[in-house]
Amino acid sequence: MEDALDFLKEGTRDGLLPWSAQCAAAGRFGLSHAQLEGLALDNGLFPARYQRNRNMISLDEQRRLFQSRVAVIGCGGLGGYVIEELARLGVGHIVAIDPDIFEEHNLNRQILSTPATLGKAKVDAALHRVTEINPAVTVTPIRDAFCLANGFEFLAGVQVAVDALDSISYRLELAEVCTTAGIPMVHGAIGGWYGHVATQLPGDTTVQSIYRHWVAGKGIEQQLGNPSFTPAVVASLEVAEVCKVLLGKGELLRNRKLSIDLLEMEVQEISYQDLPIELVSAA
Amino acid sequence: MHVTVKLFATFRNGRFKIAERELAEGTDVRTVVLSLGLTEQEIGIIMINGRHGELEQKLAENDTLSLFPLVGGG
Repeated sequence: MEDALDFLKEGTRDGLLPWSAQCAAAGRFGLSHAQLEGLALDNGLFPARYQRNRNMISLDEQRRLFQSRVAVIGCGGLGGYVIEELARLGVGHIVAIDPDIFEEHNLNRQILSTPATLGKAKVDAALHRVTEINPAVTVTPIRDAFCLANGFEFLAGVQVAVDALDSISYRLELAEVCTTAGIPMVHGAIGGWYGHVATQLPGDTTVQSIYRHWVAGKGIEQQLGNPSFTPAVVASLEVAEVCKVLLGKGELLRNRKLSIDLLEMEVQEISYQDLPIELVSAA
Repeated sequence: MHVTVKLFATFRNGRFKIAERELAEGTDVRTVVLSLGLTEQEIGIIMINGRHGELEQKLAENDTLSLFPLVGGG
């Protein structure tokens, strides 16, 4: 490791560690990109791939992102963009959870879907994509449906859970696991031109409150479907929230929900401050 | 009694964004929802004067009722 560190230091130019030096070190010392990125960040070397982060995310914060583990539950419309953005941001470990394979009707919006991935598992596409765009990021693919029974195991060691599910009942199960296990949850949901985002911290029950009138079935997405841009907008807002939770900075969408109408270009903020805290059984 | 009704997202289709209504004293939210041709299952959020409301809640003079549809996709 000492030799590898010296090698990385020698390759550093203007305070930035170029990708070519990381690759050369990987070949020479038989280390993974994750090991090398950790070594670099632990020793004050800023990987050049993150240089445009540098004026808003310090080296220490970039290191914290690299040491973080974030679960993305659902790898479809929202989840694909969330995973893409987390990997480019430099979150070191992504747990990608989804039981499904890609189908043709996913191609209009799900960024991980291509004609070549039709019939393939969404979590495998997530792993492949992240390996392609940022090999220093570790992806744990879990091809299973998240539920109360497996949720605590799937979210073990996770700092944030990102809701990218397409089912309200599973979403309530995720919220319950997060509330019980004390894991911050960034919630997003979309339907047609519309979407919303909220963040709940341990002890909060915002997601349960958002769906407290829900009885059964789906929302407006069932009639409207989803276009290409709504998941991208809502997923990006979710990742901004994840970044702030991990770094402990900025103002979170806590106790409030941002409702977005892309047809009329209206944003509404709905407060959940005044609602009593109650645990809604998801089962 | 006089009540302002605000609709959001798909609830506006074929209806309105905002409307003033004269309602009988003691009218509850459910009655307004059903009179708009909406079903209880479609309702995501009910706000009365900016605070969360319930279907069985009775409206009062000069209340503003806001209705948002359920959104759950990903």
